[in-house]
Amino acid sequence: MTTTPAAIRFSDVGQVFQTKSGTVEALRHVDMSIDRHEFVAVLGPSGCGKSTLLRLTSGLLKPTSGKVEVFGLQISEPRDDIGIVFQRPTLLPWASIEDNVVFPVRHKTGSVSAADRETARKLLEKVNLKGFENRLPDELSGGMQQRVGIARALFMDPDILLMDEPFSALDALTREEMGFELLRIWEDRPKTVMFITHSISEAVLLADRVLVMGERPGSIVENLTIDLPRPRSMETSNNKMMHDYVGHLRSLLLKRAA
Amino acid sequence: MSDTSAVSSSSAPPEAPLAKPSLMARALASPGLLPVGTFVAIIAVWEISCHLFSIPSYILPAPSRILGGFDSIDTSRWLAHVWGTLRVALIGYFASIFVAIPIAIALARSPVLSRAVYPILVVVQSTPVVAVAPIIIVALGSGDLPRVVITCLITFFPLVVSTTTGLMATPPELIELSRSLRAPVWREISQIRLPFAIPYIFSALKISVTLAVIGAVVAEFVAADKGLGYFIQFSTSMFKVQQAWAGLVILVLMSLVLFQIVVAVQKIWFPWSLPKEKI
Repeated sequence: MTTTPAAIRFSDVGQVFQTKSGTVEALRHVDMSIDRHEFVAVLGPSGCGKSTLLRLTSGLLKPTSGKVEVFGLQISEPRDDIGIVFQRPTLLPWASIEDNVVFPVRHKTGSVSAADRETARKLLEKVNLKGFENRLPDELSGGMQQRVGIARALFMDPDILLMDEPFSALDALTREEMGFELLRIWEDRPKTVMFITHSISEAVLLADRVLVMGERPGSIVENLTIDLPRPRSMETSNNKMMHDYVGHLRSLLLKRAA
Repeated sequence: MSDTSAVSSSSAPPEAPLAKPSLMARALASPGLLPVGTFVAIIAVWEISCHLFSIPSYILPAPSRILGGFDSIDTSRWLAHVWGTLRVALIGYFASIFVAIPIAIALARSPVLSRAVYPILVVVQSTPVVAVAPIIIVALGSGDLPRVVITCLITFFPLVVSTTTGLMATPPELIELSRSLRAPVWREISQIRLPFAIPYIFSALKISVTLAVIGAVVAEFVAADKGLGYFIQFSTSMFKVQQAWAGLVILVLMSLVLFQIVVAVQKIWFPWSLPKEKI
């Protein structure tokens, strides 16, 4: 047994939202934990509270009941060691790519140092965008823009990376490439990753473990460890175990939807 | 082989009509030609009708006679009138921006304030400025101040509404990013919300700059001793209709130039905020 606390731990978390049309119970009795440097995918139908899970972890939202801990400390406000990648890249259209990557430090402290710019350029090189530093977001494709979004999330060198369906707006081919690129970055510089997705194959292909969420009110209905060898590649897609995992998760989701 | 030849031969005919576009098609294709052509045609019809039907010039002077109206007073007098109107319009316009943007920020930040103040703004906007102008002049005297206030009243509403809408239209993800960084609120406004509102602010700035000229003229109608509004009213009271028309032409040109300046400012300093050109 390790003595270090889990990177992320949810203990009996419930979340209720007050809306104009009444109360909505988004999460009920969520228990789960993610170890340090583990890559965990959260899979589930839309509206099951996957994004709520992510917002609770980021500290943007306080749980109605239960406890959310990051590295053993209960979350009371957003932390500096968490980076977020959103579904849409949401870059600043007036700022150059480099300015977009250094935006977190400019926004937090009001100034940007030469060292920050150096960090940004290295990150852009890492996400294969060397030479695009001075372009505007408009001049980049959707996939490239999302890579800038990833570089921006990595800028503060967070321990935890929260990704909210980051590749769902991309075409199938780009989506697959981006997945492998993300794994390459993750293997090079390990991080704890919580990856929200509704794609079964994406979850299996990328993650160490897949958590499946059920319909609202969301709770964890399956915790599946993915024992596929790393580093993963296009070859992994042909692995027989991969098919078994995907088949198992698909029938699980279909059964629950029925 | 037969397939490829069929494709190449079938692709040839559609190109033929493109080789010789009609005059009409060319006029439609060039963006400047069509409006200029329409404008020239209207002026021509106007000129010809005035002579053909012998319309008295106090009812509708021909364009050629309006040109004569420009000579009725010398250039320095024209400039004094232009400057009188322009000064009030610009001071009112900038004062309005200066007041409207902080109010928009306050409204966007506080739903309670928004609910409290918004109906008042609608009431102010619903009050015809022309009707309020004499009251304001009586209350504030006959200096520049009442004229500036009238100009502010007319330009203020579109600026507040548009800027508030723009401030609320920021992508929610960036607001979450800002919160997750625990950045101060004023930086959320200055670095995210205000820049994202730029396209909205400029659409209001374009409307308001022409409204500012209207505001200045309305104020001059009520009480003034210079300005193009005063000049037009004075000219018509003396039955110098061509002269009034000449004043009107200058007024329209002033509005157009001011509008184009706002358009140019957006193009030069905020090119990213313009709608994407369709290819």
